[in-house]
Amino acid sequence: MVPRGVAARWRRAATAPGKGQGSLGGREEAAAGRESHAACLSPAGQPLGILDGIPIAVKDNFNTAGIETTCASNMLKGYISPYNATVVQKLLDQGAVLLGKTNLDEFAMGSGSTDGVFGPVRNPWSYSKQYKEKSVPKSHSEDKESNWVITGGSSGGSAAAVSSFTCFAALGSDTGGSTRNPAAHCGVVGLKPTYGLISRHGLIPLVNSMDVPGILTRCVDDAAVLLGSLAGHDPKDSTTIQDDFKPFELPNLTDVSKLSIGIPKEYHAPGLSSEILALWSKAADLFRKAGAKVVEVSLPHTRYSIVCYHVLCTAEVASNMARFDGLEYGHRSDMKDSTESMYAATRREGFNDVVRGRILSGNYFLLKQNYEKYFVKAQKVRRLIANDFVKVFRSGVDILLTPTTLSDAAPYTEFIQEDNRTRSAQDDILTQAANMAGLPAINVPTALSERGLPVGLQFIGRSFQEKQLLTVAKWFEKQVQFPMIQLEEVKKHDSDVFHHQKSASLS
Amino acid sequence: MRALLLGPWLRAARGLPRAPGSGHRHRGHGGHRPQGPLRQKVSVEVLDHLEHLALVDFRDAEGVERLQKAIQFADQLHEVNTNGVEPMDSVLEDRCLYLREDDVTEGNCTKELLENAREKVEEYFVAPPGNIPLPKLEERETFLQGSQ
Repeated sequence: MVPRGVAARWRRAATAPGKGQGSLGGREEAAAGRESHAACLSPAGQPLGILDGIPIAVKDNFNTAGIETTCASNMLKGYISPYNATVVQKLLDQGAVLLGKTNLDEFAMGSGSTDGVFGPVRNPWSYSKQYKEKSVPKSHSEDKESNWVITGGSSGGSAAAVSSFTCFAALGSDTGGSTRNPAAHCGVVGLKPTYGLISRHGLIPLVNSMDVPGILTRCVDDAAVLLGSLAGHDPKDSTTIQDDFKPFELPNLTDVSKLSIGIPKEYHAPGLSSEILALWSKAADLFRKAGAKVVEVSLPHTRYSIVCYHVLCTAEVASNMARFDGLEYGHRSDMKDSTESMYAATRREGFNDVVRGRILSGNYFLLKQNYEKYFVKAQKVRRLIANDFVKVFRSGVDILLTPTTLSDAAPYTEFIQEDNRTRSAQDDILTQAANMAGLPAINVPTALSERGLPVGLQFIGRSFQEKQLLTVAKWFEKQVQFPMIQLEEVKKHDSDVFHHQKSASLS
Repeated sequence: MRALLLGPWLRAARGLPRAPGSGHRHRGHGGHRPQGPLRQKVSVEVLDHLEHLALVDFRDAEGVERLQKAIQFADQLHEVNTNGVEPMDSVLEDRCLYLREDDVTEGNCTKELLENAREKVEEYFVAPPGNIPLPKLEERETFLQGSQ
């Protein structure tokens, strides 16, 4: 979709020596993109907006007019959206170029981007010099392809696209961590905005009370730019707040002495790798040494957030998935005996195990005899979780610092040993509570693990205080100087000997 | 563990899950651990009922086992004391949210909307005959049938 000229010019500009590894070349690409676009696509020479000519990828659960939107499900294969999601429209209005729709877990249910009908997403870092140097092949004849790692999910495709320099930024969605989790595994910035800040109109819903569009970029400044274009009240989404949103540029914070960083002790969750624990500690020290106040805090209901999410999510899913019956759009079964049997057959054919499982669980929790016991109970626990955060922020803490994931990205073959629900329950544990409480949170790529894979840390902020959150994140990003991915060309036919290896390193 | 379990659960269960009663003030099932042997299995009647409500089938023993595990997992909620706590519907409950005015501002896109439907006649979506309930468990093609 992007004219070859623009793409080529953009890529060449991106390979020019940058300001150093930390900045990740965001600004150069933007400029190159804008110039190229202005030169060859806009006859009047006037840029359409701040994102003019910038290639952006969009997760395939956002409606895009005239373009297939599948949610990686058979249920929507062939479905051509008749309209643009508000966020997509906003990007296009600013001149962004829609590069493509990215892969995900089916209907955004999952934490690996492995359960969509188009197959799993491979983490670009699997093909990085950094990972390959650290991985020890078991034998010479071992297919080097087989130890590729997952991207995390469910916005894995978006994260991979940004991480591999395929696009400048990408849209994801975040219901339980679906933007932050793959961001951490792919070494990119993943922002979950406050619930109510960005319109969900056109985002095929999973959990209406928790879904938000997510932003994936290579640096925090870029995330702020995207946020500026997307945030604000939308009359088509009554869950967006009415307050005026003013796009902002992030200041270069130099003095953190007035900042209070909270370290929630419950986020030292079972299964947290010692590597990430050490990194988290180091990060806390970093803030402390720079003069910030770093305190341990408690969010006592953290360990119930996953259970609570499990009930509320499946209940809302049961409701949201009811619209897929084959009558007006999407897959339709050939069954003709009755409307009900047609619906049942359509849904039987269209949904995968994961989706069906959640629908059935959700319906169970919503049964009259279970409603109070499970659904209402979960809603009460949700309030307790949200209140935990309120109490902590009220005590003077500005930002919370936590790990984003329990470990670095797992190899695909290992990840699929456990089923989707188990994995989601394990992987969402650190990201989920922010969705429960509707708070903004961001993953900042921090360092490489011993296996040469990205590890990120998460900052959680107060409601609608994205500017503060991003300012702190930007300061941290500058301190850690996360390395750029060094991609190597994969020789598919010759996995044993790498003769014609071309290093497409961008450093 | 992904092994198909065609064991004890197939036999008629010991009854439906206990009705809530004072469920929302209940502190939990005393000393019962969710994974204990006293955990009730979901009856075939409820499973059948769920298939009717959801219009989605369990497909195989794994599907049913998935539900069992989900319920077991959710039971942990009962460890939490929620006395006096109001349920939370939305994180924006303290704000005024508005519906837009009930004015038609766009539309006339019948053609576009019909394009995605597989079966249609003129401007109608075509459905098979309605008011025919799903066949009963015995007559239906469902995995649960084997358990009768």
